[in-house]
Amino acid sequence: MSILITINGCEYRAEPGQSVLETAKDNGIYIPTLCNYEGIKAQGCCRLCTCLINGRKTTACTALAADKMVVETNTEELEWIRSTIIELLFVEGNHFCPACEKSGSCELQALAYRYRMTVPQFPYSFSAKDVESAHGTLLIDHNRCVLCKRCVRWRPEPEAPGWFVFANRGHEVRIRFAHERAADFDKSLAQAAMDICPVGAIIHKGRGYDIPIGRRKYDQLPIGSDIEQIGGGHE
Amino acid sequence: MNKPLIATASLAGCFGCHMSIMDLDDRIMQLIELVEFNKSPINDIKELSKECDIGLIEGGCANSDNIRLLKEFRKNCRVLVAVGECAIMGGLPAMRNNNASISECLQEAYIDCVSVQTNDEGLIPNDEELPMLLDQVYPCHEIVKIDYFIPGCAPRADLIWDVLTALISGKKMELSYECFKFD
Repeated sequence: MSILITINGCEYRAEPGQSVLETAKDNGIYIPTLCNYEGIKAQGCCRLCTCLINGRKTTACTALAADKMVVETNTEELEWIRSTIIELLFVEGNHFCPACEKSGSCELQALAYRYRMTVPQFPYSFSAKDVESAHGTLLIDHNRCVLCKRCVRWRPEPEAPGWFVFANRGHEVRIRFAHERAADFDKSLAQAAMDICPVGAIIHKGRGYDIPIGRRKYDQLPIGSDIEQIGGGHE
Repeated sequence: MNKPLIATASLAGCFGCHMSIMDLDDRIMQLIELVEFNKSPINDIKELSKECDIGLIEGGCANSDNIRLLKEFRKNCRVLVAVGECAIMGGLPAMRNNNASISECLQEAYIDCVSVQTNDEGLIPNDEELPMLLDQVYPCHEIVKIDYFIPGCAPRADLIWDVLTALISGKKMELSYECFKFD
């Protein structure tokens, strides 16, 4: 059965089981997200992909495309919600971009660039958070973690246990190595973990600042440009 | 018509943002055709001698003198611009905010640090001439109203040029993607 879905006034075909976010992406429409990652089960943690789906605010990564669905991705209110979420994330953690190994390739920073955030409208919290540096190949900096849960949901195989877990509750939630999984991190797995992390919370030791300024992932083009180029530029 | 007056100051910063102003290269010659500089480390004028049109602030507020100077700039500048990450969010000096008290910082800097070699009496400077350190480093906009923010560490010279020429001529700021960076 073919699924026809209307996104921003245009009709597109979706595959069964495909999310609204994936359908939009395949058709050149970029919906900002931090927690969604190809191959990792969607959970709607960051709320950045919130769209108007049949008139209700819904996360596009968890909503499956359905026939006759009507989606709006970029109303003025939705864009305001997104830029506000980004500002909240910047004041909630301690994001010292000039001192971060991920700077230039960080998705949170790239989203702030895309929305031209010069300064958050909220006061900085400067919350007390730790850096864990005891591990041989990985450095975990909780100051930069946005609790997107990508690393927690990341699995070698669908039913296998993951490498990270959430510990504690509420504002004290932190990512931790899963039981007896810390020893698994050789160099290649450490690099994979760093690549999974959208920010600089998981750092592969000894690999910081290895790409010169100007050639990093988001130095030249805004995040989402690769998707928008497919469809000929829906703004 | 008189040229617009510009004043600049470095609070708790590293002077990198002022270096970025110098990085305008030959456009500095165009700039001094367009504006007149008042107090600034660039021309070494120490005090504000009159009301200015544009004030550029580098660095956040780490001590009582930073606050005094920032308030003086706010009072005397029609448009006040926070230049660079330290002015906008405290920057690297603000890394003391979240994990260390002021006494721990001073203890580390003057007594415990491995590079301290000549402080046998364990003295921490406390002369009354010295500005008082604040409990934490504050972004400028948490102390006074700031009109514009130029991000970057340091902001690219092209971005500073873009903002300055826009403020002087009244044209729209472009804030091109390539030079709008936080690092």
